[in-house]
Amino acid sequence: MEILVCARRVPDTSENEIELNAAANDIERDDLVYSVNEPDNYAVEEALQIRDRVGGNVTVVTIGGEDDEEILRRELAMGANQAVLVSDDAFAESDGKGIATILKSFVQKGHYDLILTGVQADDGAAQVGGMLAAMLDYPFASLVNAIAVEDGKLKVSREIEGGNREINQIDLPCVLSIQTGINEPRYVGMRGIRQVASVSIPTLGASDLGVDQSAVGQAAAKVSRIDYFVPALSKGAEMLHGSREANADRVLELVAAKGGLK
Amino acid sequence: MARTFIYIAHRNGVVDDSAAELTVAARKIDPTTSPTAILAGWGADLDAACDSLRSSCAEIWKVGAEALIYPNAEIVRQALASVLPCNSIVLVQHDHFGIDLSPGLSIKLNSAFVSDVLGIESVVGDSLKLIRQEFGGQASTHVRCNISSGAVINIRPGAFKPEQSAPISGTVVDKSSAVGSLSARRRYIETIAAESGDVDITKHSVLVSIGRGIQEKDNVALAEDLAEALGAAVSCSRPVVDAKWMEKSRQVGSSGKTVKPKVYLACGISGAFQHLAGLKGNPFLIAINKNPKAPIFQVADVGVVDDVLEFLPELTNKVRELRGVAAK
Repeated sequence: MEILVCARRVPDTSENEIELNAAANDIERDDLVYSVNEPDNYAVEEALQIRDRVGGNVTVVTIGGEDDEEILRRELAMGANQAVLVSDDAFAESDGKGIATILKSFVQKGHYDLILTGVQADDGAAQVGGMLAAMLDYPFASLVNAIAVEDGKLKVSREIEGGNREINQIDLPCVLSIQTGINEPRYVGMRGIRQVASVSIPTLGASDLGVDQSAVGQAAAKVSRIDYFVPALSKGAEMLHGSREANADRVLELVAAKGGLK
Repeated sequence: MARTFIYIAHRNGVVDDSAAELTVAARKIDPTTSPTAILAGWGADLDAACDSLRSSCAEIWKVGAEALIYPNAEIVRQALASVLPCNSIVLVQHDHFGIDLSPGLSIKLNSAFVSDVLGIESVVGDSLKLIRQEFGGQASTHVRCNISSGAVINIRPGAFKPEQSAPISGTVVDKSSAVGSLSARRRYIETIAAESGDVDITKHSVLVSIGRGIQEKDNVALAEDLAEALGAAVSCSRPVVDAKWMEKSRQVGSSGKTVKPKVYLACGISGAFQHLAGLKGNPFLIAINKNPKAPIFQVADVGVVDDVLEFLPELTNKVRELRGVAAK
């Protein structure tokens, strides 16, 4: 099976406190630690496991600049067969639809049976996979938390409310957005990354892909971020500022007062 | 302004709670007109759901087809794309169904898409100014959306408070004949219920709930010690389950369990809305997190900025001391 995984490099929210910059038009990016978007990493692991069961190749693609190559290197170290960086000044400030348009051109340059994305990235939009599927006229399923290959089709489980799972059969080719927790992504150490240091990562631009430039970038974006802001705060928590011991005493007092000690 | 639709989910003839919230959101976009409800489904259940909206919606579009008996987003999308007029503004709840349906629907309608909207700040001509969040709620943004060729907008559950309005007498309009042939290359097979697990966290009045801040599996014991001392149970947020440190049955949130404890200790939990969605009954919420900017402090009653790996053992000792004294 030929599998494409669309991945993205994002600030790692488990490693960073997100703050606004002085102009409040962006977050403060200077000291951020970046890594591969977590759901995308699960998607790569899932692709590798499917390939190892049924054969084929895993390609990882990202849209961005040269800084973004580091996540491709990481996914190669995990075991992806190839990685491609899609990069062009014309792509800057694309909205979700613009990103899906670029990916559609990339997909049409190859032959993929299965296309995976992470369910959502740092903007929490959860949109590109569904848009890409609709543009390609492929079937789509979101929030996928299990995949089995059966008779040239897939049986996929979707995460729905309350921890329930919705089981679907889906034809190939298709697009799936992968939920975190679907597998246990393998560990990649520095040694693994060094081993793929010399693997070449091709870079493709708008003309290589035949992207209609009027459909991407800032000019085509119907949706754009105006600014970041700090919302008017609700009254918020009463913060305890004592020593650790004093705070623990106070928390225990409160727990007891609210009937939490039995 | 183009017509505003609200897509209403329903089950067994009963409409989803989102109906009232989507109505309020639609009124913010177009205060002058009642939004048109649109429902897809089949048979008596669909009729009952449509009828139940007549007191709150001036017009209800019924989209009936046997293939819509189960709300498979792939089929619902086809049906809606053939029924909705050009340039429509369509509001959908941002849940597992809306995530499945809406991005592709916006492509089929050639309209804009905005996901997970928390607020609608202004409408000026064809420009909507909306409020969203990024980075798991750590940053808020204003977003501009050009609605000149329509828009599909996913609305965050709970973001718009339902409002009381005088009952009206709406009309159900049957649009079923506009639906072409429906075929899906994704077929619904079955729904598998969540596993119940060893501990039923929904039955506990005190929960020690852990998040990513617990850092590794071995540290789960710190929460278990505290829970044991308190006579509480340990629950968790999604990253803990993803990392396989606890069973799925312990997860609180929209994709986990809904709990109603009296006291909830959120330990190393950032406070993403999907997690808070599982917390009902207005418990006394104590948050411990080393990140002073964690969104959980916005909703907690009491907050402690500290590393849970240090704070939990301290608190456990205090509880044990108290128990020891009480036992004498």
